Amino acid sequence: MPRLLIRGGRVIDPASRHDAAAEVLIEDGRIAAVAPRIDPGGAEILDAGGLIVAPGFIDMHVHLREPGIEHAETIETGSRAAAAGGFTSVCCMPNTIPVNDSATVTSFIVERARRSALVNVFPIGAITKDSAGEQLADIGAMKEAGAIAISDDGQPVMNSRVMRRAMEYARSFGLTVIDHCEDLNLSAGGDIHEGAASVRLGLRGIPGCSEDVMVARDILLSQLTGAKLHVAHISTRNSLAMVRHARQLGIPVTCEATPHHFSLSDADIHDYDSNFKMKPPLRNSCDAVAVADAIAAGVVDAIATDHAPHTGSIKMQEFERCPFGITGLETALGLALEKLVHSGRITLAHMVRLFTTGPAGVLGLQRGTLTPGAAADVTIFSADREWTFDANQSQSKSRNTPFHRRRFRGGPVVTIVAGRVVWDHR
Amino acid sequence: MAAGLLGIEELSREQIQALLDRGRYYQPMQAQSVKKLDTLRGKTIVNLFFEASTRTRTSFEIAAKRLGADTISISAQGSSLSKGESLVDTLNTLDAMRPDAIVMRHSASGAPHFLARFLPTPIINAGDGTHEHPTQALLDAVTILDHRPALEGLRVAIIGDISHSRVARSNIHLLSKFGVDIVLCGPAPLLPPELVQLAPGITLTTSIEDAVAGADVIMMLRVQLERQHETTFPKGEYFQFYGLRLEHVRLAKPDVLVMHPGPINRGREIASEVADSPRSVILHQVENGVAVRMAVLEQVASGELRN
Repeated sequence: MPRLLIRGGRVIDPASRHDAAAEVLIEDGRIAAVAPRIDPGGAEILDAGGLIVAPGFIDMHVHLREPGIEHAETIETGSRAAAAGGFTSVCCMPNTIPVNDSATVTSFIVERARRSALVNVFPIGAITKDSAGEQLADIGAMKEAGAIAISDDGQPVMNSRVMRRAMEYARSFGLTVIDHCEDLNLSAGGDIHEGAASVRLGLRGIPGCSEDVMVARDILLSQLTGAKLHVAHISTRNSLAMVRHARQLGIPVTCEATPHHFSLSDADIHDYDSNFKMKPPLRNSCDAVAVADAIAAGVVDAIATDHAPHTGSIKMQEFERCPFGITGLETALGLALEKLVHSGRITLAHMVRLFTTGPAGVLGLQRGTLTPGAAADVTIFSADREWTFDANQSQSKSRNTPFHRRRFRGGPVVTIVAGRVVWDHR
Repeated sequence: MAAGLLGIEELSREQIQALLDRGRYYQPMQAQSVKKLDTLRGKTIVNLFFEASTRTRTSFEIAAKRLGADTISISAQGSSLSKGESLVDTLNTLDAMRPDAIVMRHSASGAPHFLARFLPTPIINAGDGTHEHPTQALLDAVTILDHRPALEGLRVAIIGDISHSRVARSNIHLLSKFGVDIVLCGPAPLLPPELVQLAPGITLTTSIEDAVAGADVIMMLRVQLERQHETTFPKGEYFQFYGLRLEHVRLAKPDVLVMHPGPINRGREIASEVADSPRSVILHQVENGVAVRMAVLEQVASGELRN
């Protein structure tokens, strides 16, 4: 097996509390050593001068659209976007066609990923059959086939009794239950966050409390069942306050935030451009600040993109007819650097945690570290290289992003999966 | 900045004043025996109505014809939209026939704004969802100015389903730009508190008595049951609490104007005695609609009006 020596970079490995100039040696797809000076001994040299060398980033919330919606994305194209965005692992939500609610679909995804993906793909199984919110899916069998968590993302379980049983059952398999917290009755018909912008634009509102009441319910069910609850794409002040409180009480609750929820607010929606339409919706500026504050305060465990590709034609419609969701894999790091690190809210090491040990810890994945013996997934990025994101050059099959032509300071440079360079922007 | 009229919000007070002045210029013509000019001769105006409308569509069509334009009216039922064609494709197809302006009504808020990003042809918004209905606000302002020397300092009460009303939004933006004291009134679920952030000079009340007290103008809105996606208020008692009756009119200024964009629901949001009273200027509004739309068509076709 080839050997690779990454030289000249600043190595940030939160798991081992390492943050200093160092060299990283990779052998046989695993981290062999991290030290100030390593004898190359014939290894290929990768010059990371001026760059940050971090454990491979994990995006625990993406939609790869395969099987069934391959015109919008495939496991292959989604994994390319991930690699280009600096991610070495992605966790794909089960709302495919068919829904990933059985070991058969889980195995299909695992197999497709093995053959076509540039990065590690970890499937998330459904909570209920067809994500219909009624019968529990084959949770144990999906786990055996490779599912690393369960979620009915996008079609949240409204029946609290079903959710309770799902949590009890998932706990016995050691699986985290990820919930897209949305009371579908409170949010019904809504297009954007309910507030000044929805009133001005004449668009139907999705009240913040439609998220909050489900976060509250789920926390109480987590307390009752002892199941690990993970709140997906948290977006409101109240939900963040409840998660914080629950953790103080020792309830096993974690949460993730998306780059768009701390980068944009409903005041940014313009020209009825459906690239600003997603769930949860862009909240008001107080909520956006609250998300960034909660990240800084350590309440948020992971940054996840909720990468949700849709083809151009389906997003090129009247705002209220367009589906929810935006892509995010290629802009996440740039936004996190701009809004969290360069703004002085968090350190680079903290940001790296949110992309590595954070999500790995939520899911129990043995990833996200550069300790010797770990899988050699490495993200090498720049904290200051200036670049412009062009959606038309995106590796994703879809173009639905509000960040087209945005200038960034810092972004991914080289992505290494199992010791192999899968993406190099240089 | 493309030619067209998408909404009142984007317009400056000066732009609005120019439209009102031109609308008033065209008023006397409506009573002449020969009502045809050649201002827009050789121009083609497409009326594209994706939502049922009698008065607005007719009004635009008459306005265009009185200016000498050729007009064609299309309703969604008869178009290729029912064959599954997307809105953008439909508009691109129409656009390829080189009309000079497209007058458009659509049930989706922002549909004309969305299209304006892709189409070179000027679009005139004849009502988009629950967002704006700019020509209605213009004709309402002209109607008020027929009875008052200026808009400044007036107290205008707008009563009904504010939340879902494009007429209310356009009127709020217009009146606010002219320093009008605006009172919005309706059942609480139809009166979101964020309405006060729409423009300066807005107050909210759920009491119709408070709303009409001392009002110069009372604008009643249609109770748009077809826009209610859910149960937002008890429909059976609407008239009892929010229907405009003579006892309310007496609380307003003696020369108060009672307005309604139509079509009116007698006994639902307005009592028959009020609709037919001397204070009512409802038919006058309809008449002014043609003059105002002539002004809009003229300024859009000439490229003068942009937003």
